[in-house]
Amino acid sequence: MYALADCDNFFVSCERVFEPSLRLKPVLVLSNNDGCVIARSNEVKALGIKMGSPYFQIKDIVDRYNIRIFSSNFILYGDMSNRIIMTLHKFCNSVEKYSIDEAFLNLKDLNILDYNEFAQSIHKQCKKNVGLPISVGIAKTKTLAKLASRLCKYYPALNGSCVLKKTENIKTVLTKTKIEDIWGIGRKHTMMLHSFGIYSAYDFYIKDPTWIKKRMGITGLSTQNELKGIECIAFETSPAAKQQISVTRTFAAEIDNLEDLKEQTSLYVDKACSKLRAQHSLCTQVMVFILTNPFKQNTPCLYDAKKILFPVPTNSSLEINKNVADTVKEMFRPGVRYKRAGISLSHFVNDKNIQLDLFDKIDRNKHTNLMKTIDEINIKTGKNAIGIASESLKGFKMNRNHLSKHFTTDWNDIIELHC
Amino acid sequence: MDKVEIYKASNEEVKLCLAEDIKAGFPSPANDFTFESLNITDKIVKNPASTFYARVNGQSMVGDGISDGDIIVVDKSIEPHDGCIAICYIDGEFTLKRVKIHKDSILLVPANNKFKPIKVTSENDFIIWGIAKYVIKKLD
Repeated sequence: MYALADCDNFFVSCERVFEPSLRLKPVLVLSNNDGCVIARSNEVKALGIKMGSPYFQIKDIVDRYNIRIFSSNFILYGDMSNRIIMTLHKFCNSVEKYSIDEAFLNLKDLNILDYNEFAQSIHKQCKKNVGLPISVGIAKTKTLAKLASRLCKYYPALNGSCVLKKTENIKTVLTKTKIEDIWGIGRKHTMMLHSFGIYSAYDFYIKDPTWIKKRMGITGLSTQNELKGIECIAFETSPAAKQQISVTRTFAAEIDNLEDLKEQTSLYVDKACSKLRAQHSLCTQVMVFILTNPFKQNTPCLYDAKKILFPVPTNSSLEINKNVADTVKEMFRPGVRYKRAGISLSHFVNDKNIQLDLFDKIDRNKHTNLMKTIDEINIKTGKNAIGIASESLKGFKMNRNHLSKHFTTDWNDIIELHC
Repeated sequence: MDKVEIYKASNEEVKLCLAEDIKAGFPSPANDFTFESLNITDKIVKNPASTFYARVNGQSMVGDGISDGDIIVVDKSIEPHDGCIAICYIDGEFTLKRVKIHKDSILLVPANNKFKPIKVTSENDFIIWGIAKYVIKKLD
């Protein structure tokens, strides 16, 4: 059996812990740079504001309904997420952190007499320890556990926990669930399934497996099996290394000169490369892109992207940044005001098995040692104390006009008691 | 032909376990008993997941030895009981008070006679947020 613990409206709920008067008020959280909506309270959902809506488009509704907005405070959310994981570990040793706000528990080695009671006690303990509402779904497979936890959000009477075990119950739920709401069914497959008259998860459940395999491959078949209670998706205690690392940002103010643009992308290179090194990977491909403000009227939206290939896999910030800076220079058009840029590292290999190139001109060991030292210093100081030279000293100024405090990670920001 | 395997020369450090400073004298008998030094967090934080910190701003609790600027160690997971000192949230503000729980009312009692107890009614937006476990104060 598996459990999925999924925090409800996680970012919003974190903000509410430290400002309890917002418990029943409409609250939303904006993405980096206050761009779009990334979390909504139930009250905001009821007003029809969609996930990902650009902030400037909903400003009117925000004012009219007195919606409280927050800039994203990922330092706070990350700390609260760790507290949830710590709490879950008290119930079960095998916890797979799936994302910042959800985790799977593998219950196979536990001797649980009453799953309903178990799920309810997880829900209660998370609320008590951290103050966050969480939906706990328990079922035979991860896909069904996910479905069970989803039910909690639609049926408040479940009180934050749901066990989906009996086949007839599962069938009833599947009839009422849209196919696109099943974990693992993406947009493309939804469209394809719709074109064959498959709308509910139950339509999918009873469909001929060979047809599904032919149309959707082995992953489609796995999803169907998982719905039937046959375990197909493995439990991963240590997260798999990422296959792509991207860093993209929207600038607070538009940039129209090459030096500033290069400075920005070098910051992203540094950030992405330190992540790459932390997961012990090397990359062989880097995408760089720069674009203008797509929402600005009367000016054309310009988008330039370029791929850089590295014959010898690398994770050196120096080597990657040099190539990125050269590419930015090639793409840069004078007189254009850029609003956003980003890089994306991909095609990874493990840093243990490097294929050496006889004609390689770079002293790889020297680079590796330098990067190791940089990473160590940055970890020790907890800040980006050192980085590569073209990086800006002033750093990147984000628009974060509605940022809450770092209540749990900065002594200057702890809760103030008016006594 | 036999397979030829080529290995890369490693420049990684090899860490060797070294007994502490062996000179020709008597080895330190303390070597067998290495323990970590005491850490104050172990003593005051029972449940890290539910422990938060808060700073006192004001004089209403001085009678209980809690003064302006002190840091309170808060455990959010503990159930409030009659007479506990709690972090309360009332009408948009956090405060620290002793909580008296009666049958049909709650009283927030300060520890300073210059301040009056606060009677919580259904009109107030009120929650008991957590329980104060320790006070950290600087002596000067």
